[in-house]
Amino acid sequence: MAMSTSKTIECQLTVIGRGMTGMASAFFAANRGISTVQIGITGGTIFASGFLDLMDVHPIEEKKSWRDPWAGIDALIKDSPNHPYARVKKKNIRAAFDEVLSFLKEAGLPYYRREDRNLEMITPLGKIKRTYCVPQTMANGVRALEEKQPCLLVGFRGLNDFSARQIVATMQDKWPDLRAARISFPDTDHVSEIFTGEIMAQALELSDNRKKLIQAVSPHVKNAQAVGMPAIFGMHRSQEISAELEEKIGVPVFEIPTMSVSVPGLRLNDTFASHLSLKGVRLLPQSRVLKVGCESNGRFVLGVGNKTTEYTIRTKGIILASGRFWGRGLYADRRSIREAIFDLPVYQPSDREGWHRQNFLDPRGHPANRAGLEIDDSFRPLDSSGRPAFETLFAAGSILAHQDWMRMKCGSGLAISTAYEAVNAFLKLNG
Amino acid sequence: MLCLMHAKQGIEYMETQVLIIGAGATGTGLARDLALRGIQCIVAEKGDINAGASGSNHGLLHSGARYVSTDPTVTKECREESDILKRFAPHCIENTGGLFVAVEGDDEKYVANFPNLCSKCSIPVRSLDIKDARELEPALSKNLIAAYAVDDATIDPFKLSLENIFQAQQLGTTLLCHNKVVGFKKSGNRIQAAYLRNIKTGDEIIVEAEQVVNAAGVWVGEVAALVGISIDMLYSKGSLLVTDNRLTKRVINRLRRPSDGDILVPGNTVSILGTTSVRIESLNEVHPTIEEVDLIVNEGTTMIPVLETTRYIRAYAGVRPLISAQGEIDDRSVSRGFALLDHVQNGLENFATIPGGKLTTYRFMAEKAADLVCQRLGVSSPCLTKTEPLPFTQAGRWTEPSLGPRQWLDEKNTDGSLLCECEMLSTSVIDSVIKTIQKQNGTLDLKAIGLRSRVGKGPCQGTSCGGRVIGYMYEQGLLDSDLGLTDLREFLCERWTGERPILWGEQIIQAELKEALYCGLSNLEL
Repeated sequence: MAMSTSKTIECQLTVIGRGMTGMASAFFAANRGISTVQIGITGGTIFASGFLDLMDVHPIEEKKSWRDPWAGIDALIKDSPNHPYARVKKKNIRAAFDEVLSFLKEAGLPYYRREDRNLEMITPLGKIKRTYCVPQTMANGVRALEEKQPCLLVGFRGLNDFSARQIVATMQDKWPDLRAARISFPDTDHVSEIFTGEIMAQALELSDNRKKLIQAVSPHVKNAQAVGMPAIFGMHRSQEISAELEEKIGVPVFEIPTMSVSVPGLRLNDTFASHLSLKGVRLLPQSRVLKVGCESNGRFVLGVGNKTTEYTIRTKGIILASGRFWGRGLYADRRSIREAIFDLPVYQPSDREGWHRQNFLDPRGHPANRAGLEIDDSFRPLDSSGRPAFETLFAAGSILAHQDWMRMKCGSGLAISTAYEAVNAFLKLNG
Repeated sequence: MLCLMHAKQGIEYMETQVLIIGAGATGTGLARDLALRGIQCIVAEKGDINAGASGSNHGLLHSGARYVSTDPTVTKECREESDILKRFAPHCIENTGGLFVAVEGDDEKYVANFPNLCSKCSIPVRSLDIKDARELEPALSKNLIAAYAVDDATIDPFKLSLENIFQAQQLGTTLLCHNKVVGFKKSGNRIQAAYLRNIKTGDEIIVEAEQVVNAAGVWVGEVAALVGISIDMLYSKGSLLVTDNRLTKRVINRLRRPSDGDILVPGNTVSILGTTSVRIESLNEVHPTIEEVDLIVNEGTTMIPVLETTRYIRAYAGVRPLISAQGEIDDRSVSRGFALLDHVQNGLENFATIPGGKLTTYRFMAEKAADLVCQRLGVSSPCLTKTEPLPFTQAGRWTEPSLGPRQWLDEKNTDGSLLCECEMLSTSVIDSVIKTIQKQNGTLDLKAIGLRSRVGKGPCQGTSCGGRVIGYMYEQGLLDSDLGLTDLREFLCERWTGERPILWGEQIIQAELKEALYCGLSNLEL
């Protein structure tokens, strides 16, 4: 390969992908002392609610929800032996979560969970969602919902991704003591720009703005025993800010995710990214794999860049954490679904007619969402003969076939646990 | 008000001079025509404005050239009517001009004969150099063998019908959306009253009318059957594709006998490629199929190669109401003309039906029907729709893509935050649309908002704006309990029928984001 103008980077492992799976893969690799390069475009994490789902719904067509996610996983594996969870030991899922959650805690983004029981939390649409853990800043919301406490939800003029009134109206039968107030965010009476949670969260990093917010919220509290707000409690110090609001407002406060680009997702993204950089993971942001080659010693040679090759990476192993369509791990033309980098075989319905159902919300889900890479027990994608396509190419996360994370609510669990297994498999195979 | 309302045993009674069934292009056009002649009407519509073929066509104002080989009468009507509409409804029309082009392999005899056929029907046509044609429209294929310029234009069918009904309403017409005619009361050779049922609420209305006009489009047969009259209709489904960008300045027609995927029509900021012609037996579940989409793309690509790689944001399908004639095998050759059935031979003297017809000639159809109604009512006022301009009001304003962004820029310093970033729609636009709906529809939902604005029409197909408009409606106190979620589900599912057949490339990415947000993160499906 002639890549004379590009810089060459040598590493043991390259992680392709910057979503939850890519972050988790690079994280586990770095923790194990593996020299790692991470490439990829900004992942779907920026849209994430901040909830870390493990397992909720199975079978999806029956909408059966599991209070105990581990029992849900057992039932799922029994019925769908091809689901990626079937290749992950349960103790490894626990170990993977423990490693991630203790890191997040140390990094100032603690999470709240109950080990063997899913939590229930409200979504911005006003539905209840079962999930495995939520940011600590949402924990009071879990309790308030559980006890149906008299509770105030605060919405903000101009923040169109969040309607407190909608949640209150939608939940009114289940949570009659829920009430809404709509206020102006400090110093925004006169402006009407594109208003996002991110801008508000940045603003709340300043104590002056927090003071004004507290003044604006307090008169509405009345009999409320908890106050919920859209997820705007700062970008970097959400714990401290949340504690300050709670103390000054006088009742427990909590965050609710917003639709669209969400602050809890951005916090996860940022927290992982700064940790990985401290750990020496070389990040090549907004980059793609443009060329792929193999040396006789089994090393991969990747040409990486945005539009032209800027780096040549010589790497022992690769974890493909490139996600599905949104992450650009998969792409589709009119005829078939393809894997974007190695053109690996993709398990999929026979033609486009079978990709999606007529009804968007069909309880069975869309077959295209179960398309993806098939793997062996070491998380290596298979070639058309059913053997590992490469000795040290691994795949993890949503690119894997036989799962529908959107309907099963297992996205984060899938990302974290398969990243964990893929890194361990690399270590094992690489001596 | 001539429409007297009085409650009797929970059923509402109304009286009117003319009951019009159907609020498509013809029904709304007829309402305006009659209103301008001082006649009182009630328009009963089982869905909303343009719910049928009037809202799911190409938006093409035909010069007539397309029909020169098959139908001289329709050709002439198209020519005359497009001239009238260009003069009197210019705000609904973009005078793009059109091209007829042939590529290698097309029937050269047909190509050679085209100018003669046009001049025989007095259709202005101008032969173009291949090089000039490709300079005018760089998207055209290198394999062009002939090109002619004609006077085609584009028309916004929603704006048109919304303005027609709006003026009619101002002149006293009553519009009853979501009211389906479920029966008639006959007395001798007259229909005395029609029974309407509101399909949302189940409420019933009895409308006593002197004259009844059946302008129900593809559903005229169903309506006529309620008085025991059988009308033989053919149902021809046509599917169309919307690209995310405008690919040509002009309407581009394939110069051959009318066939599949042979017209590309600019629609403001997008282009619309169609159509197919698929005979269907039932009017339930009319949606574009993957097979049709592939056919349209393959055919269109011959003429405009970029259609193979361009991004499509949705597909949609409409049903052409065609009048059945003996021995017709090919739906493309069935007349696109209309008939006005006076039903005298069916023993009724105050009932008429307008089946068939085209968007381009809607005004003419309405005029003919109005003439018959007036003659029967003994009213001698002349038709004014060919001399009076169609007013430009708030009602049809927001169907136009350029107005949303302009409004938003104008109100930067006031309270108008964006609810839709694809189409730049601010809260004040939605407020204005909601006001119109409250006047016209009675049921405030996303579908009605989308019909009167650009909500749900951009590349994200409702992903951002769907949830935000619902949230905004809750904030405005317009929604209660979980009705907003029901509405959101219906809206997303309605958009989906148009997305499903074009989910590849960029659009499958968009669809995945939509499902991730609404299902993955928010549990809307549960």
